[in-house]
Amino acid sequence: MNDIGWIDGVLTSARPQVMGALLRYFRDLDTAEEAFQEACLRALRTWPQNGPPRDAAAWLILVGRNAAMDDVRRRAKQVALPDETAISNLDDAESALADRLDGAHYRDDILRLLFICCHPELPATQQIALALRIVCGLSVKQIARAFLVSEAAMEQRITRAKARIAQAGVPFEAPGAPERAERLAVVAAMIYLVFNEGYSAPGNEAKTRAILAEEGIWLVRLLLRVFPAEPEVMGLAALMLLQQARASARFDDDGNIVLLEDQDRSRWNPKRIAEGLALIDKAMRHRRPGAYQVQAAIAALHARARRAEDTDWAQIDLLYANLERLQPSPVVTLNRAVAVNKIRGPAAALAMIEPLDERLSSYFYFHGVRGALLQQLDRRAEARKAFDRAISLAHTPAEAAHIRQHLDHLDKESA
Amino acid sequence: MLYALLCYNSEDAIGSWSKDYHDETMTRLAVVQDKLDKQGRLGPVARLLPTTAATTLRKGREEMVIDGPFAETKEQLLGFYIIDCASLDAALDTARDLAKANPGTGSYEIRPVAQFQDYKLAEQRKPAA
Repeated sequence: MNDIGWIDGVLTSARPQVMGALLRYFRDLDTAEEAFQEACLRALRTWPQNGPPRDAAAWLILVGRNAAMDDVRRRAKQVALPDETAISNLDDAESALADRLDGAHYRDDILRLLFICCHPELPATQQIALALRIVCGLSVKQIARAFLVSEAAMEQRITRAKARIAQAGVPFEAPGAPERAERLAVVAAMIYLVFNEGYSAPGNEAKTRAILAEEGIWLVRLLLRVFPAEPEVMGLAALMLLQQARASARFDDDGNIVLLEDQDRSRWNPKRIAEGLALIDKAMRHRRPGAYQVQAAIAALHARARRAEDTDWAQIDLLYANLERLQPSPVVTLNRAVAVNKIRGPAAALAMIEPLDERLSSYFYFHGVRGALLQQLDRRAEARKAFDRAISLAHTPAEAAHIRQHLDHLDKESA
Repeated sequence: MLYALLCYNSEDAIGSWSKDYHDETMTRLAVVQDKLDKQGRLGPVARLLPTTAATTLRKGREEMVIDGPFAETKEQLLGFYIIDCASLDAALDTARDLAKANPGTGSYEIRPVAQFQDYKLAEQRKPAA
């Protein structure tokens, strides 16, 4: 047994706070990263002998800061011998900067670190890659593997994203309450993107991409620790935990999708479910509903049903109606129709989704759901047409295979 | 004499363990637990969810419900063991065994138990091990 395991855990968990403080201090992402790397190296050298410091984050901030300052001094010396004024200027600067190391800023530090990854000019894939690199501390190699691209391509993607951030300038002033709330919403959306890159991956890629869903959960827990009383953050954390709890039941051994109602519920992760349910219960007490909370509440109803037939569809229908108000979207209505089908039957569900035809005409799931409803209503020719359309829109062989099962079923019925 | 071994550590650090290190550590801890169990010295063992899942009810003329634990600390109560030990030294030895199995940061508070009632939970109410 070696010490690397626990030291690694301490370094990873301290990373957002330390990087956030070093970024505030040096105002440059690369310098902050180098300083953090150096501090980690020194931790790995000294902690096994001396034991861990009482406050690992504070230790890393100070050591990282000093190491980088030494580096600056060394470089300055190579340029020219410093005269006395230069030294005293440096000292002045140092004491002013030391003031900024005040630990009370750590919430805004961490939020800022997350927020700069969400720069609106960065495409979603770059936001995600950057967050995984600078906040989670994943190696470029790990990120490249999760995104199924070459290391060189990922390196370039991250370098480009950093350059764009440097150009845009990082917002260093402490945010006021409205800005903070705005940043929080943007960061939450980015974290959900990270999660979904892993969670929504098709069966054949699910294993390689699983790391993204796990890092998403790590990030949302970080956000929750920084904002422990924000119901939407609790809702997002609950949503992600409840969804990821089902991970090992979502695909069969061949990578085919297993629908929620057919999943082996004994394979759901009980610890994740317990944590998700605790968080959604806490969130609801605040009586400040939001889209993440409502989605988490829906996921919670599925998690609470011991068998698929125990699912409280009436309640799910109500929650989707809520979600339609909070976040109107044809996809939400489509999901609601699945619940409506369970309580009021396929005719009512079909009537609900027919008006979506135009907006969802190129959406795989729309035609899949429509086909299934038509099939239930025994309108076979139309069902077949809808399934054919769904197959033509499938993104993965697994999606197509799933629809083909419906078609096979139709064929058997008509034979 | 019964002791509670209260496990304190940074939940952030524990939550950042790699899956391999987590599994290895749990296996090492299970060895210590098995030994205690075989000696008939092990009572209830609990591992708690992160403090972000916690809620605090503060008593008072006006009740206060707070998200999370009452005080913010660097190390959180993550779980506990109830063990039977002949002396404080024996309890310390057990804590050392646990510390060896799970080295690094954190601490074990060894707290004598004043009163202990082993109520039985209905089997289906118990969370999965």
